[in-house]
Amino acid sequence: MARWFETHLPKMVLAPSFIAVLIFVYGFIGWTAWVSLTRSRLLPKYEIEGFIQYDRLFDSPRWDTALNNLFIFGGLYIGISMVLGLILAILLDQNIRTEGAIRTVYLYPMALSMIVTGTAWKWILNPGLGIEAMVQGWGFPNFSFDWLVNPDMAIYAIVLAAIWQSSGFVMALFLAGLRSVDTEIIRAAQVDGIPTWRVYTAIIIPSMAPIFLSAFIVLAHLAIKSFDLVIALTGGGPGYATDLPATYMYAMAFSRGDIGQAASSAMIMMLVVFAIIVPYLYSELRAKND
Amino acid sequence: MKYTAFAGVSAFAIAVGGMAVAEPQAEVLHWWTSGGEAKAVAVLQEEFAEQGGTWTDMPVAGGGGDAAMTALRARVLSGNAPTAVQLKGPAIQEWYEEGVLADISNVAEEENWSEVLPASIANHMKCDGTWCAAPVNVHRVDWIWANADVLEQNGIEMPSTWDEFNAAAEKLQEAGVIPLAHGGQAWQDATVFETVVLGLGGPDFYQSALVDLDQEALTSDTMKAVFDQMRTLRGYVDDNFSGRDWNLATAMVMNGEAAFQIMGDWAKGEFLAAGKEPGEDFLCASTPGDGFLYNVDSFAMFDVDGEDKRAGQELLAELIVGQNFQKVFNLNKGSIPARTDVSLEEFDSCAHTSSEDMQASSENGSLLPSYAHGMALRGAQAGAITDVVTAHFNSDMSSDEAVQMLADAVANSM
Repeated sequence: MARWFETHLPKMVLAPSFIAVLIFVYGFIGWTAWVSLTRSRLLPKYEIEGFIQYDRLFDSPRWDTALNNLFIFGGLYIGISMVLGLILAILLDQNIRTEGAIRTVYLYPMALSMIVTGTAWKWILNPGLGIEAMVQGWGFPNFSFDWLVNPDMAIYAIVLAAIWQSSGFVMALFLAGLRSVDTEIIRAAQVDGIPTWRVYTAIIIPSMAPIFLSAFIVLAHLAIKSFDLVIALTGGGPGYATDLPATYMYAMAFSRGDIGQAASSAMIMMLVVFAIIVPYLYSELRAKND
Repeated sequence: MKYTAFAGVSAFAIAVGGMAVAEPQAEVLHWWTSGGEAKAVAVLQEEFAEQGGTWTDMPVAGGGGDAAMTALRARVLSGNAPTAVQLKGPAIQEWYEEGVLADISNVAEEENWSEVLPASIANHMKCDGTWCAAPVNVHRVDWIWANADVLEQNGIEMPSTWDEFNAAAEKLQEAGVIPLAHGGQAWQDATVFETVVLGLGGPDFYQSALVDLDQEALTSDTMKAVFDQMRTLRGYVDDNFSGRDWNLATAMVMNGEAAFQIMGDWAKGEFLAAGKEPGEDFLCASTPGDGFLYNVDSFAMFDVDGEDKRAGQELLAELIVGQNFQKVFNLNKGSIPARTDVSLEEFDSCAHTSSEDMQASSENGSLLPSYAHGMALRGAQAGAITDVVTAHFNSDMSSDEAVQMLADAVANSM
């Protein structure tokens, strides 16, 4: 009896969570895929009609904007956060005295929820209240900083707020990476008289490749599911200039009673995530098999 | 065996008891949670309790009803619908098509609803000829509010055409006043848009463009003129309008920062709450042009099991359309009663104008549903139009492009 338990206990302990994941993640992905092929409006219907919802989706200029915004937002957010995080981490790695305090300062934005970040930046960027009004008040009446209300620039306002929120976190990741590089190699390089910037570009940064990958994966999924920041900062406006796929999906599912559209946009979002995650998983698995 | 017999007898007893007493039960899902609205619902709750009913309140705040609709969807899918739900416009028919609404025709006929309600509003309460919802109020959407002092100082009359409005706006702009207080949220853009459609195109054009979604009307020159006027209006709005809430725009009119606001009569509540007098401190008039755009709140009655719940539903329907509730509720809410035979003695001058216009327009066929407030179209179509309107208003899109986009968006939403 005891032996039976010993062999089966791990399976029994894991089974509930396995079943839960099976139903609530993969089951519902399947359900969404099914609904995305129907004409569901207010309530889900289950007669399959083909790819009409996807046709409608890609005919919709609003979805176009949303998808474009995702690439602008995702690209800039991930790129700038990583560069900024890396620079901050390298600067912080120079054995400065108050490192602990400074690290906390930079990490702190991560402790705020996106709603708080969005609301704060909404006030900062509001032309009538924030930076523009302040600088104009200093005696520069022609100063203009209207990203938030300019439909062409509003998406960059969101990028700005998102970077402010996450670059500290990326910095912490990189800092850990920098500390894990073998100091022997760095000393050896220094003994050979190699300049510091070369030490970084040729030795330290290349050896941190896995950290780059983790930072990328974390930021990419944050970008794709980004929702609360947009809602708090611009509400998707002006017009629908700052819509992202997640806010599009929400509008279709909950405001417009168009569940089929919402499901098809959710499926596209999932495919975008797959396009990023699958190569990562593939390379990880291959590395292990080697 | 003993137990089944006992169960059978007690079930029978309950059924008989239920028939004899049938204490009315009602679970009411709504999103009237803010000050005046909550007070207005409390009135109904009290009346219901006085008639011996048990009211289960289910307020779901947030998202202008989105949260409540999500709750409703969950309840209906689990086969446990609330007795009555705050729903309006074509959404009622949409739910009816899902086969979940009840028939309250016997109450409606007993209470003679078809006599006391304007015909076009009554039509929203019917599903395939049977009554399935009860109207609570009539909000008029095509109002223009103005600061009386600002107009007087600049020698401006309340405009009766859009050209007059534009002339007045130019004058105000020169005087350094913001002509139009507006909040850059999609539904507010849509609100202004529909009043311009009604004003420039007239009631028939409004009907064919925004109710029947006639492709010809949507791409017509009149529609282009409407988008031209929207572009002109964009010039009369201050730079900081993006994302502003409607009540903040109302406050701008109140304190003289801006002259006009185009908004439904819920804006009146803001003026009154600030102690302003209609006719003296602020002026109300219909937006330039003929017609009347209504936004009618109503309660749809869902199919429920049990004698007590059905009794509650009927009592609720009777009370909602009853004279007393229609008066007290609308005094609190700033709207006017849906039934036309309620005394308006205690109402203010704006409400009187609204009521007279409603009856006049009901007779000449220009009593029209508001598209921006979900009375004319289903969610997907209305949303598609709003997307175009707000995209045009917030960019430098030309009217030709906008008209084309509008036709495409409507076709795509079907």
